[in-house]
This record gives sequence, C-alpha cells and structure tokens, in this order.
Amino acid sequence: MAEHEHYEAIVVGCGPGGATAAATLARNGVETLVLERGVEAGSKNVSGGVIYAEDSAPYTIDDLFPDFREEAAERPITHNYIHNIAGEKVKTFDLTEIHEHDTEWADAVLRRRMDSWLETRVHEMTREAGGGVLTGVRANGLYRENGEIVGVTTDELEPITGDLIVAADGVNSELARDAGLMDWESPDEWFQGVKAIVDMPDGAIEERFDITEEQGETHLFSGDLYEGVRGGGFLYTNEDTLSIGNVFHLDSIVEERAEVVDLLDALLTHPLLAQWIGDDYEELEYSAKLVPDSKKVAHPSPTEDRLVLVGDAAGQMQAQGPLIKGMNHAATAGALVGEAFAVARSRGDTASAGERYVSRLYDEGVMAKIRPAVYDRSRAVTEHRRVSALTDGLIDTAIGRAGLDTMIRTGIVERLYNSPRMMQILPDTTTPYATLPTAIAKRHGERIEEESAVEPPTLEERIGELTYDTDIGNPHIVVEDESWEASGAAVTACPVSAKDFGGGCYREEVRSNGYEERVVSFDSQPCVECGTCAIVADTRWEHPRGGKGVEFKQG
Amino acid sequence: MHTVVLTKGVPDFREGQVSFDEDGHLERGKTPTVMNPNDKHALRAALQTKVRNGGQLSLMSMGPPGYGDVLGEGMETVYADDLYLVSDRELAASDTWATAITLATALEKVGEPDLVFAGFKTADGETGHTGPQTCWCLDWPIITHVIALDVDEDSRTVRAKRLVEGDIEEVETVEAPMPACIIADPEFTPSYRQASHRLTHKDLRAETEARAQDHEAHMTTWDHEDLNLDPDYIGLDGSPTIVSSVDPIPKAPAEREATMVEANDEEGMNEVLDAMTPFAAETSGAAGD
Ligand SMILES: Cc1cc2nc3c(=O)[nH]c(=O)nc-3n(C[C@H](O)[C@H](O)[C@H](O)COP(=O)(O)OP(=O)(O)OC[C@H]3O[C@@H](n4cnc5c(N)ncnc54)[C@H](O)[C@@H]3O)c2cc1C
Ligand code: SF4
Repeated sequence: MAEHEHYEAIVVGCGPGGATAAATLARNGVETLVLERGVEAGSKNVSGGVIYAEDSAPYTIDDLFPDFREEAAERPITHNYIHNIAGEKVKTFDLTEIHEHDTEWADAVLRRRMDSWLETRVHEMTREAGGGVLTGVRANGLYRENGEIVGVTTDELEPITGDLIVAADGVNSELARDAGLMDWESPDEWFQGVKAIVDMPDGAIEERFDITEEQGETHLFSGDLYEGVRGGGFLYTNEDTLSIGNVFHLDSIVEERAEVVDLLDALLTHPLLAQWIGDDYEELEYSAKLVPDSKKVAHPSPTEDRLVLVGDAAGQMQAQGPLIKGMNHAATAGALVGEAFAVARSRGDTASAGERYVSRLYDEGVMAKIRPAVYDRSRAVTEHRRVSALTDGLIDTAIGRAGLDTMIRTGIVERLYNSPRMMQILPDTTTPYATLPTAIAKRHGERIEEESAVEPPTLEERIGELTYDTDIGNPHIVVEDESWEASGAAVTACPVSAKDFGGGCYREEVRSNGYEERVVSFDSQPCVECGTCAIVADTRWEHPRGGKGVEFKQG
Repeated sequence: MHTVVLTKGVPDFREGQVSFDEDGHLERGKTPTVMNPNDKHALRAALQTKVRNGGQLSLMSMGPPGYGDVLGEGMETVYADDLYLVSDRELAASDTWATAITLATALEKVGEPDLVFAGFKTADGETGHTGPQTCWCLDWPIITHVIALDVDEDSRTVRAKRLVEGDIEEVETVEAPMPACIIADPEFTPSYRQASHRLTHKDLRAETEARAQDHEAHMTTWDHEDLNLDPDYIGLDGSPTIVSSVDPIPKAPAEREATMVEANDEEGMNEVLDAMTPFAAETSGAAGD
C-alpha cells in the first residue's frame, strides 16, 4: 500500500455544512483538513438567502461561530410577506407567523461575505488541531484502497487519506456521485435558483421598506407572472443591497422551455417592485445555482465506508411552500457529523462514525423535517395528474370562487399559508404556485398604480460583469450528445444562454450534411457552474479545477 | 537547514519608470531601484525550499544602502527570516569577480548555509556570472538552469531537473551533495503537491506579513571591515573586468514609405485593394495545394 499524506478528517467544501463539520471536529481536537475549490470560500456559492436558527435544531450556526450574526450576516429578518399576483393586481398575505414558527432568529446573508468569514474562523480552529483550510483545491474523486473509500483525489495534490471524509461539497456533489449515493438524472428532483443583487442608495432600504437598520424583510411572489412555470420569486433585504430572484422546479423549466433570464426580468420589472427598487436600477451580480429537493432526494443513509455526506451534497435542502431552508440544515448536519466522529474516536471505533451520524439525523428530528413522511403519503393523491387537474379546474368554477372568497374573508388562506403542516404536504403542482395565487389576486387583489422604471441589463451585460478565470483549453463540461433531443433543453434552461442570444454557453444550430440536423453547440467560458446542464443535457459534467471558472463577489 | 538567496537591485526598466539623459545614458538617480526581475526565479525556487523543507531563509544583497528596501520587498515574496546587506563605498564599482569574492566572504560569515540560490542574470549587467563565480569561490557544486528541485535533508543531497545548456527540449536530472549553489531557470516551476506544503505556505505568509512591516529590524548591514576584506581585492581595484565601451542600440530606421488613405476615399481604397490582391492570390494558392 502506498504511503499517503493522512489527516484524521478531510472535509471537502467550506460552505455552512463543511464549516460547521470542521469547526466541531477541530473543537474536539481532531486533525482536520478542509479543501475548498474557490479562490476563497463563498466565491462559488449562491443562496437566496435567509439563514435560520431553528428552536428545535440541536445546533445552529451561531452555536459554533458565536459572532456570526454581527460579523457575517446582513440583516435580521423581522417581517415576511407573500404576494399573489395576477397581471397588475396583487393580494398580499402576512407570513410572519410561519416564518417565526420554530425560529430563534433568521438573518439575510450574502455568501461571499458569510463563507469567507467562516473560512477564516475555520482555518484558525483547524490549524490549531493540526490541519487547516486550503482554498483553490478541488476534490475530483474518492480515493479507494481494496475497494474501500479511504480518501480523496484532487486536481492539485497527491491523494490524501483520512479516517473520516466529509463531502460537504454542495449541490452537484462529485463525491456523492462517485460514491454512487446520488445521481444527476431526474429534473423533478431539483430546483433552479436565479438571482440578482441590486445596489441600494444609503438609507433607501430603511425608507422604502419603512424599517430600521436592525430590521429586515422577506417578500415572496407567486401567480401568473411566470407563465405557468412552477416556482416563485423572492426579495430579501441585505445591509445595503437587495437579493431578488426566482426558484423554479427544474422539470417545469424544461417542460415549458422557459427562458429563465426572462422570468427573472419579469419579476424585476413588475410594478409591485417599483416602490422598493426605485428608478435607478443597478445590478451588482447575476448568479444561479441548483437546489436539491429534500422531499425527494434527501438520502436516507448518507454514508458509505469512511465517507459521509452533509448539506446539499446529501440532498438536505428543504423547500416546502414558501420556506427555503438549506443552510441551516447543512450547518446542523455538519455539527452532527463532527460530534459523531468525536464520539466514535473516543471509543476507538472511528469506522462507526457514519452510522452514528445517520442515527443522530433521525434522533434529532432532522430527517423528519427534510423528508417528511406526510409528504410521501399525501403525494400520491395531491400530485396525481387528475387530482391536480380537478383542483385547478375547481378553483375556476363558481363554487371554487365562492369557497375561495369565504376562505380569504375569514382569514383561512392566511392561516393555511402560515400552517407548518399544510406547508409540508403542499404538492409540487401548478395549483399552489400559479392557479390558486392567480385566482386569489384576480378576485381580491389591488391594482398597482406605480409603473416600473427598471431596465435590467441584457444577458450579455450580465455575463460581462462577472469575473472569470477561465481554464483555457480544459473545459469542465463536455457535451456528449449534441442532438437537440438530448441536450436542446439547456439552450433555454441554462441561465447564461438564451435562444436569441448569440453568446452564452448553449446555442442552437442547424447543421446540414445532406439532411438538416438540429443540434446544440457549447462554450464553457460564460458558465456560472449552476449545475443545470448536468441534469437536463447529456454532458460529462465536472466543476472547474481549483480557483478556475466564475468568481462570485456577492453570492 | 539554512538557505540564502542572493539578489540585487536594478534600475526599474519598465516603461514610464526608467529615465535616460539626452545621450541615451541611464539616469540612475531618477530611476527607481527594484529587485532584479530575473531574481524572481531564484526566489521561487528558494521559497519552495523554505515551504517544503523549512529552516531559515536569508536574503542577501550587495549594493548601496537603498537596496535595503529592495530586500524588504523581497522578504514578503520569499518569506525570508532575515536580510543581509553588504554595503560600503569601497565596494562601489565592483565587477562580477569582486562581487563574488565579497558575497562568498559574506556567506561564510553568515555561517555556512546549506543552499545558495542566485539569479539567472541581472537586468542591468546581463552577465550571469555573479552566481557561478560566488559558488566557485566557495568551492561548492553548482547546478544551473534548474527547472525543478527536490531537497533531501537526511542524505544531504539536492536533486534537480535542469535544462541541458538551457535548451527547453533537453532535460536531465542531476544530484549534488549539500552545500550547493542553485541557479534557477525562468522555466522553474515550484511544486506543492502535499496539503502540508500549502498549509505551511499560508502560515509563512501570515508570519512574514507581520515581520515585513518592520524589515529593518531583521536586517544586518556589513562593510568591508566587518567582512575582513582587503580593499585591494574588492571594489574597483579588485575588478579585472574592463568595459571597453557601451553602445546605445540605434533605433531601427523606418525604411518603408507609407501612404495614408482615408477609409471613405473610395479611389484610394481601391488602390490599396489592388496592391493587396497579388498577396491574397499567393495565400489562397498555398491553401489550395
Ligand atoms: C437561489 C437560491 C436561494 C436559496 N435560498 C436559501 C435560503 O434563503 N435559505 C437557505 O437556508 N438556503 C437557501 N438556499 C440553499 C442553500 O444555498 C444551500 O442549501 C446551502 O448552501 C447548502 O450548504 P452546503 O454547505 O451543503 O453547500 P454549499 O453552501 O454549496 O457549499 C459547498 C462548498 O463546497 C465547495 N466545493 C464544491 N465542490 C467541491 C470540490 N469538488 N472540491 C472542493 N470544494 C468543492 C464549494 O465551492 C462550496 O464552497 C438557496 C439556494 C439557491 C440556489
Ligand atoms: S453551462 Fe451548464 S452549469 Fe454552466 S451555467 Fe449553463 S447550465 Fe449552468
């Protein structure tokens, strides 16, 4: 057996999952090496994002990083609303109750700032325990000896072995894929998030939202502004910027052949947002990333040999109704892994760490939240095509309308939106995303008088504003089947491509060699590494090697 | 393990920095001094040794007191522990030979280092002699044109990949006992393939940042008396090299005549196209072969 560099624990990824895992390990004196592919932690990451500290969670991020809220977060979230939209009519409900359910605190964050702050703390902690954080290093696979997973291989270093390998490498985890624990096959298991960071003049947030510096808001949007694509929009207040974006079911984007950049612009230019954005629209960053749907893919037993998966890599990303909770679950899972290993090690049985971690996920109620049994049970009925057609149809009948009217008048709709149980069984059909909100807004909404002066940048301008360090001659994505049938969906689904856009990653082409053939051509340069075409096109998909590719400044 | 890098200040020859007088002579006073750009290969190689093998790393230079700042700058690039400046009026106008004697003496005074790295050549003198001559004075093995380096402290040997006669096509691997002198080639690529290397790198960066704030506290300055050098063997008196003359490189005269044509001058443009057609025919003919 070859001699390799060895650390007790190797953590791949320095997002919330990796950071908490490493911090917990280091606190327990475990020699821990953290590998992060970005030039700095956060430079690859995109969230909405509001990070929650749940009352019921065994660990929250500030348990491990006490100064987190003051130093790494933007604003505490104190008010929450959902807006149902039909054309220019809007009906708004207060969501503060569901938001506050099981919530100790919730803060808006920007990932570059948050994760780079975490990185510094984690490096200090792990260095003391004999390891440390290395940026610009990308794990490209698992290292096996006699068929057993014992370490990782990277683009930059010799293979490294560990007694514990934590895959906290986020969505599209190459390590989880290599272990055969996750696949990248079905679009219906994913959401795609696309977002813009909007600059706000000094004091504008306080004035336009009528809040203090210690307050912040979340606004969610659903209804007919997305032309039937299932999903919704969000707006979160940061210190002096706004995060505005959409999260859609990936299968719906594919089915509708929706131009995701147009859907973002539909939200940005909706008159409802004019009161907040104002007349001068200045976009600081355009970004996108996939989001796993924990209801469907949270792995029931995310471990194999010495490998454990945490956070998005394990599919632990909870999107139920208007709630998006991924960062908090990643942080909890990371801490549980760290603890499980520390216990296993103290018993001289490090091999049991994975099993111990999985039991803790169940015992602490994490699995019940991210993969609720009631969803699996009710899904057969609520997502059945005919049931959904029936409810969609019903809402549009006189009876349906009358029922809805009563429900709104008596406050039932607002109560339902604020019911955690209701949110758990919400089906993934158009009913809750579009049909119902549109019907509500049509009959009960108020017309927005204001006009939008927002002129979003073009896709070309957006790409032009991004920072890239392209790995020339070494593309991280290769299209294996360029036929329209296999990979055509990416032309519209890729957030930096569009049918009428000559630049971008994916382009439609008609080739004629005797007969006409519709194909896609591909250029990886403008890629924002969102993961979409790993699922919707026939590609050989990897992340770029350490430090290469896109670099988000906001995230 | 003790490593010393020899470096030198040179006039900053970059556009906008360098000043020449009317006769085309360099105005030293008006041109800022920077580290010899060709020393950066030596620094990269020395840094690799510091990171991978640890120990003490010193930067040494001979020159006017102003070179102290050049050393301070170098401290951060190479994570040096200490700086040595050999500076004395008696040493002014030394040629490479006198410089080598002086530096070799200083190296002995530092205390027999294990490895000495020297630059490829300087940007002002362009001789490339100082490194090898210093090494010769010390009677150490020397490896030149090094592109990759491995130091084995246990067996006290260095193994190097080098370009044979500086030829990029021909690479050989050689070994030498330490102490030895290494001249890094511009092609030198450091290799940090262990996580521990990169972690040390980070530690050193943080440590050096603090130290470099106050680099003078880590600098030792010696004159010829400190080194016990006989003035007859150093400086101008000890320099056998005679520079016969320095010719300014004449500007290439523009021999061809140019005719300017406005883009909207149709007739003129037609003439241009006519003139170009024979060349176009030539190339398309070639492509058709
Ligand atoms: C648009 C959008 C909105 C969202 N909104 C919210 C929200 O409001 N609230 C919320 O809680 N969650 C939200 N999420 C989800 C949330 O971002 C994720 O669930 C969360 O970031 C997961 O954390 P993680 O630590 O598992 O992974 P990540 O945060 O993705 O971290 C993974 C890390 O691993 C690194 N990495 C990846 N591959 C490798 C490799 N091969 N080698 C080395 N390093 C590697 C990455 O660079 C990254 O730093 C949103 C997501 C999106 C896209
Ligand atoms: S090329 Fe693929 S991974 Fe890159 S931005 Fe487009 S869809 Fe996302």
